[in-house]
Amino acid sequence: MNAVYILSGLGIFSLLSEIFNIRKVLFPIVLLGLAAAALLLIMDWNSVQSYYSNMLTFDNYAVAFSAGISIVALLWFMMSKDYFENNTHVTDHFALVLFSLVGAVFMVSYSNLAMLFLGIEILSISLYILAGSKMKDLFSNEAAFKYFLMGSFATGFLLFGIALVYGVTGSFDLNIIAETVAAPSVNFPSLLYAGVLMMMVGLAFKISAVPFHFWAPDVYEGSPTVVTAFMSTIVKIAAFAAFFRLFSTCFAAVSSQWVDVVQVITVLTLVVSNITAVYQNSVKRMLAFSSVAHAGYMLITLVALNEVSDSAILYYVVSYATASIAAFTILHNVAFENENVTAEAFNGLVKRNPFMAFTMTVALLSLAGIPPLAGFFAKYYIFTVAFESGYVGLVLLAILTSLIGIYYYFRIIIAMYLKSSDIITPIETPLLHRVLMVICLLASIILGVAPDLIIRLI
Amino acid sequence: MNENITQAVQGIPLNYYIWLSTALFVIGVLGVLYRRNAIIIFMCIELMLNAVNLLLVAFSAYHGDGSGQVFVFFIMAVAAAEVAVGLAILIVIYHNTRTTDINVLNKLKW
Repeated sequence: MNAVYILSGLGIFSLLSEIFNIRKVLFPIVLLGLAAAALLLIMDWNSVQSYYSNMLTFDNYAVAFSAGISIVALLWFMMSKDYFENNTHVTDHFALVLFSLVGAVFMVSYSNLAMLFLGIEILSISLYILAGSKMKDLFSNEAAFKYFLMGSFATGFLLFGIALVYGVTGSFDLNIIAETVAAPSVNFPSLLYAGVLMMMVGLAFKISAVPFHFWAPDVYEGSPTVVTAFMSTIVKIAAFAAFFRLFSTCFAAVSSQWVDVVQVITVLTLVVSNITAVYQNSVKRMLAFSSVAHAGYMLITLVALNEVSDSAILYYVVSYATASIAAFTILHNVAFENENVTAEAFNGLVKRNPFMAFTMTVALLSLAGIPPLAGFFAKYYIFTVAFESGYVGLVLLAILTSLIGIYYYFRIIIAMYLKSSDIITPIETPLLHRVLMVICLLASIILGVAPDLIIRLI
Repeated sequence: MNENITQAVQGIPLNYYIWLSTALFVIGVLGVLYRRNAIIIFMCIELMLNAVNLLLVAFSAYHGDGSGQVFVFFIMAVAAAEVAVGLAILIVIYHNTRTTDINVLNKLKW
């Protein structure tokens, strides 16, 4: 809970720093604050605490995901500092990001549907603005508008679902709903199932699972690269953690009613996103489809729900987020002014900046799931969960689609090492980005070599 | 006073409320999907949210539980914030394109 206070405080501080003209110290304070938030969260480990008459509950699941979000946010700030300082009003944008992080923490720690709704909205409303932060750019305008439209449309579905579930159970509290739902005779079962399905639709929009993904590639492509990185890491983590928390605790008792739907969504997500990603020219759009595909792999744990599902997800999101941040940092440096580059922009990168090419290779291999990197073990654990629950067909399909994934990730790797380019000027990266790349690189390798650091945590 | 309102709400069968708000919600969804004018799409989203509000109030009265009505306030406040941001985005688009027809937003392929 202290983390929520720190994050909100940082947001307000960042607004005030514009007034008092202390912008220079803002960035170090934000980094320190995020580190402190993560530390305070980890100190609450193993002590389940409820706040505000059981509106938020910080159990181990919530603590692990909020700490993860704070740490990924720290990496993200290192990536985006230059962009915001050069192009926009840095304080406003930092404040928006920090407030949206508060929403993300709500989304992983809610124990009341009102908090789920508020968390999603706090996160999304800030992001609509961030997506459109290049005011003169029509692409960015369009991304913001589509994101806004789809976001509020999805919220409508989520709310209608919440209203129906409230109608049947008479409460918004997750524990009470879980008890009522588990009772042998529920009043109006059809209303309840309609409510559960509508909440699923609303949340599937947020995690951009097929067939509710169509907004994602456009929004990811149109937004500034740093905002895209934020959306495909932190927003994804928060939305998926919220989805999983709701269905694994609240509606686990009626899983027979929704598990088939989730399975269909999972299969569609895996197949459609991986195949579409192959046909993308823009690297950013390819990464967008790859992030949709990763939502599919995460959904497998919900289909094959058992007691190790949540630690498998935690490991997956951490490995995915570190690799993604690294990939987006490099894309940002390679593309620079021109936001939407094709794979040709990576031609001969190994001659222009060998370290960047190496980091990109590791990041993409980790996303593709090649041993011994973190991404491989993340997929491996998820497949193990599914295998133990008897979903052999789903595992085979997921392995097949990740082979397709290897194909489109390798296109960039091949471009970097084997193709030559007319431009041979070396690319200079800021010191901060080099530090960030080293951190992501180490994280991908160390977590791959020693997955036990995270995997048995929750 | 309070009792009277609850009784008045309960004077109509719950089914009617559910059908009415479902109808409003579906009209809103269809509007979002088929209308091309951004302002009307905003109105349709509001219609969806208000259908939810109606449903929550009806359930709240039938359960004799206040939390549903409190939730309605949350939805109203958030919807207002959301529309403020949405209209701001729309104004930026209008500055760049001089129209509110969403068909101009086709730079990124769907």
